[in-house]
Amino acid sequence: MRERFRFLRTTSGAIGAGIVLFVVLVAIFGPYLAPHDPTAPVGIPLSGSSSHAWLGTDFLGRDVLSRVLYGGRSVIGYAAAATLLAYLVGMAIGLTAGYARSLVDPVLMRSVDVMLAFPPLLFLLVLIAGAGTSIAVLIIGVAAIQAPAISRIVRTATLEVSTRGYVEAGIARGERAYAVIGREVLPNIMAPLLVDAGLRFTYSILIIASVNFLGLGLQPPNSDWALMISENRTYIQLNPWSVLVPAAMIGLLTIGINLTGDAIARSLGRSYVPRTTRSVVS
Amino acid sequence: MSPVLAFLGRRLLGAFVALFVASIVIFAALNILPGDPASVILGRNATPQAEAVLTKRMQLDRPATTRYADWLGGFVHGDLGVSAVSLAQGQHDTVWEQISGPLKNSAILAAIAAFFMIPLSIGLGVIGPIYAGKPVDHAISVLSLGAIALPEFVTGSLLIGVFFVALDWLPPVAIVPPGGNPLDNPSQLVLPVLTLLFASLAAGVRMVRAGMTEVLQTEYVQTARLNGVAERRVLSRYALRNALAPSVQVLAQNLQWLIGGIIITESVFAYPGIGTTLVNAVQNRDVTVVQSVAMLIAVVYVVLNLLADLVVMLLVPKLREPV
Amino acid sequence: MSAVATEPVVRVEDLCLHLATGEPVVDGVTFSVAPGEIVGLVGESGSGKTTTALSLLGYTRPGVVIKGGTVEVGGESILGRDGRTLRGLRGKTVSYVPQDPGGALNPSMRVGDAILDVLRAHRAGGGRDPVRSALERVELGSDPRFAGRYPHQLSGGQQQRVTIAMACVCDPPVAVLDEPTTGLDVLTQDRILAELRRLRDEDGMAMVYVTHDLAVVSQMADRIVVMYAGRIVENGPAAEVIERPRHPYTRALVEAIPDVKNPRALRGIAGVSVGVGEWPGGCAFAPRCPHQEARCHETVPVIEEAVPGHQVRCMRWMELDLQAGDRSNGRAPGPAVEPAPLLEVSGLEARYRSSRSATPAVDAVSFAVERGRCVALVGESGSGKTTIGRCLAGLHVPSAGTISFDGVPIAGAARKRPLEVRRRIQIVFQNPYQSLNPRQRVRSSIIRPLRVLRRLSRAEAEKEVGELLERVKLPTRLGNRFPVELSGGERQRVAIARALAARPDLLICDEVTSALDVSVQAAVLELLQELQRELRLSMLFITHNLGVVACIADTVLVMDRGTLCETGTVAEVLASPSHDYTRRLLAAAPCLPDGVL
Repeated sequence: MRERFRFLRTTSGAIGAGIVLFVVLVAIFGPYLAPHDPTAPVGIPLSGSSSHAWLGTDFLGRDVLSRVLYGGRSVIGYAAAATLLAYLVGMAIGLTAGYARSLVDPVLMRSVDVMLAFPPLLFLLVLIAGAGTSIAVLIIGVAAIQAPAISRIVRTATLEVSTRGYVEAGIARGERAYAVIGREVLPNIMAPLLVDAGLRFTYSILIIASVNFLGLGLQPPNSDWALMISENRTYIQLNPWSVLVPAAMIGLLTIGINLTGDAIARSLGRSYVPRTTRSVVS
Repeated sequence: MSPVLAFLGRRLLGAFVALFVASIVIFAALNILPGDPASVILGRNATPQAEAVLTKRMQLDRPATTRYADWLGGFVHGDLGVSAVSLAQGQHDTVWEQISGPLKNSAILAAIAAFFMIPLSIGLGVIGPIYAGKPVDHAISVLSLGAIALPEFVTGSLLIGVFFVALDWLPPVAIVPPGGNPLDNPSQLVLPVLTLLFASLAAGVRMVRAGMTEVLQTEYVQTARLNGVAERRVLSRYALRNALAPSVQVLAQNLQWLIGGIIITESVFAYPGIGTTLVNAVQNRDVTVVQSVAMLIAVVYVVLNLLADLVVMLLVPKLREPV
Repeated sequence: MSAVATEPVVRVEDLCLHLATGEPVVDGVTFSVAPGEIVGLVGESGSGKTTTALSLLGYTRPGVVIKGGTVEVGGESILGRDGRTLRGLRGKTVSYVPQDPGGALNPSMRVGDAILDVLRAHRAGGGRDPVRSALERVELGSDPRFAGRYPHQLSGGQQQRVTIAMACVCDPPVAVLDEPTTGLDVLTQDRILAELRRLRDEDGMAMVYVTHDLAVVSQMADRIVVMYAGRIVENGPAAEVIERPRHPYTRALVEAIPDVKNPRALRGIAGVSVGVGEWPGGCAFAPRCPHQEARCHETVPVIEEAVPGHQVRCMRWMELDLQAGDRSNGRAPGPAVEPAPLLEVSGLEARYRSSRSATPAVDAVSFAVERGRCVALVGESGSGKTTIGRCLAGLHVPSAGTISFDGVPIAGAARKRPLEVRRRIQIVFQNPYQSLNPRQRVRSSIIRPLRVLRRLSRAEAEKEVGELLERVKLPTRLGNRFPVELSGGERQRVAIARALAARPDLLICDEVTSALDVSVQAAVLELLQELQRELRLSMLFITHNLGVVACIADTVLVMDRGTLCETGTVAEVLASPSHDYTRRLLAAAPCLPDGVL
């Protein structure tokens, strides 16, 4: 129990967790601290920092600081929703395939393999081309991208745990599948999942941010960090803050999650690296 | 039949099935979702007459299955269709005309990036565990974990900030005239390649590293050492050789990431490649272009996987046995 | 073996190894090996035997530090040498044979090349085809294409011979063998042991043979060194150490060996073995010793010479006479046979879906288990014995045949069996480290069958947990612990308690002691025998160890590759086996020299 937080004792783990906490707090509480309305112009476009606007203004004259404070919620929120959805679907598939093992397993895993054979960003772009730019498309699309890989990891972990004595003891007692899975299997596959969860979340954030950057996700006048970078980068010389600060926020988040994930993995005795999602011998 | 051929046969079959399913997914996503395709393509310019004209030009009144068969049949023969947007404007630009130039440009960019990425990934990934605990190891670990694991658009923007805004050494956009050769002006390739490299290196180095660390802890490496085999030989023939197989898969996956990274990177630098074409097509809802380009990219993806599997098979003797 | 005047090929003096954090791992170890002598380094887990043996190669596990002492091999000092020198010595002056041959061979390298690598590393080996002659030395030279094979194409026995060939190819005067036959089948083990003896006889190679199996070592070694908690407790000629041990621990170890030729009730050692960092003050074995006195706990005894060439570390060695175990240790006779058997198996056939072979894992097996009897199911790996156990427990659905319990046929899958049947048949698994849910306290694991199979209320169940723990001789406070805090033997007892919680009539024990140290195994078997007698349990005891069969079973079934080749009472089958396979198994079973027990 306590061991889960052991990673905090390592420098990288503590730094990582601290960074993540900082960014998440900014994202959640930022809007309450913002001095201005993020969509309203407050000065001459692309002016440098002033007492009025600490980080200057963006290409439409809006306050960069306020936009940065407002800009985290959407991405993190949607990424969290997408990742959660991906886990729900992925775990359902993976647990079934790993536990039932009969005909269900090969069928499910072949389908998963096919999905994994598709470049993720491409899939999302195709989906957006067909269904338009909306939050639902974004969340469902990202979840659809992540679910196959998650199901693979869950399946592998389930397969390994299912052969252990305590699981078989449950089966020999004649307990129903859901009871055995819930009591014996699930709590014991959490370790590799936790390690993976951080990576998944980062990836969701990155892919949503990338799509926003391309202008195919959240639309203006949303103050999203990635959107800010994309909108202001042609004017980066005039007010570098308008690009650099949102870039730093995203960058810090990525670095923080990676550091934390790595520290967690090391404390659990594994390396923080996604195994290649397909295996040659299958 | 030789097990290698049998394996190849099975993989080819799997590849075809995967591509087939991919084509269905792509087509379905673009053509079966709610909304009249013609009005979607026309967007704000949708008037009933324009829709009718476009529908006739694109033959959208045919059933979906026929249109699918036509498209797939054409694709397999090299006919990628006609741009829907151009049809809406009364012209007849084929998809191939639109993408042949950008395809070449992207290939150049990808090739240069891959050229550096592969040896760097393997090199940096392998060096760390060999010198485990020493400063080199820590440096590589920190870099791959933190500093270069940033998304491409962030890295790209930061690089522009440094090399253009601050230092004015390199251009922030890549200007390549249509039909021109990006290599005519190599300085414009530097930042895009660097951006691509950073993003894919991070993941690649970490995975190769993990593979190498695992191999260095195996019994056979220890036994070789305990039998007095020279360290250099242990590292190369016992460790590296067995760490390569999973590394190859890792690299294949990285090359696939390169594809996603290219799309973003080209946008950052306005590089006229297949990525920008795709993004524009998505923005303009040019269904035919998106369809065929997506399919093309899927083919490249699957082929890379296949090649990787083949290389792995050559590296791992156990896989050459009949199951 | 004349041990006079010749320089010892291995000389270890006062070797001390610590963990980096300070706890001692090996303390004051002193012994030597004469040329052409096989020394058995014997001990259970935590004894420090492997750490000691590896230091002969100048190797310490990460986290282990050499604190002091000298190690000389072939006249060369080993400790404190730089990497380059050590590499020159390894393989040429002292070589290594690993425990798991499958994992010890480079999977992407042909075996001939692997042997060549060792030769090249020492620029040794002349002759036309050094690889071929190396393979011939281990009797693998008959097939000229053998050197071109990859490890995964060889059997376990062949792989081990290859590693032995690698260890011999530069003709080192001594080899360190780390439990080389532990992972092998009994028949294969027998052949490898013969191979090693031949190498000693013909080539004069000395060996340090690390093992926990005293029976194996008694057939191999010239001299035995017994270690406990990082110290040598006895060191003497093999025959003497076994027939007339001077140290209580050695005596207990000998008594714990299940010997096919001398079946008797087994007895374990009280208490739990001592791990690193848990060494008590004074003699480390004292807390568990039946002959302990106050002074044993105060100071660490020194090594003394009991008889020339035979040393012991015990304060009381002069007073104790540890010879000749009491013969009254004979086995209690089985209960009278009742007319209707409890379990009847008829024409059982079982297959594995993933295996594409035509032969099933279990083929047309029929047998019966009477009430209150212990039936042993014996065979090597792949014989199908575990599969039969799983079918009986409801974990594997047979493809043909019937299983009848109490005269009524029962379904293959546990889920489809009535509650009473599920309750009355219970199974205990082999691996104690995976038998208990690591996320639940011991208490919860035991309560589960009480609630599910006996429908007890929470309060009633909690009360019974204490009784069950006592029944398996565990302190009741262990109920609140998590499995990770328990030793292997303790976990196995908890698994037994969990099985007993259901009040079964048939207990299936699937190799329940194979993963345990010898003395722990004896203790668990002792417990199982007691329980069987008290509760009138029927037991189906699955094992590959004929010695265990001899000591606890009434009837024995011998399995060979899926078929039942022989059945009968233990006395009959062991005395006059009728099937050839049984005869081979008996001949290969390692046992103590006659007259020891």
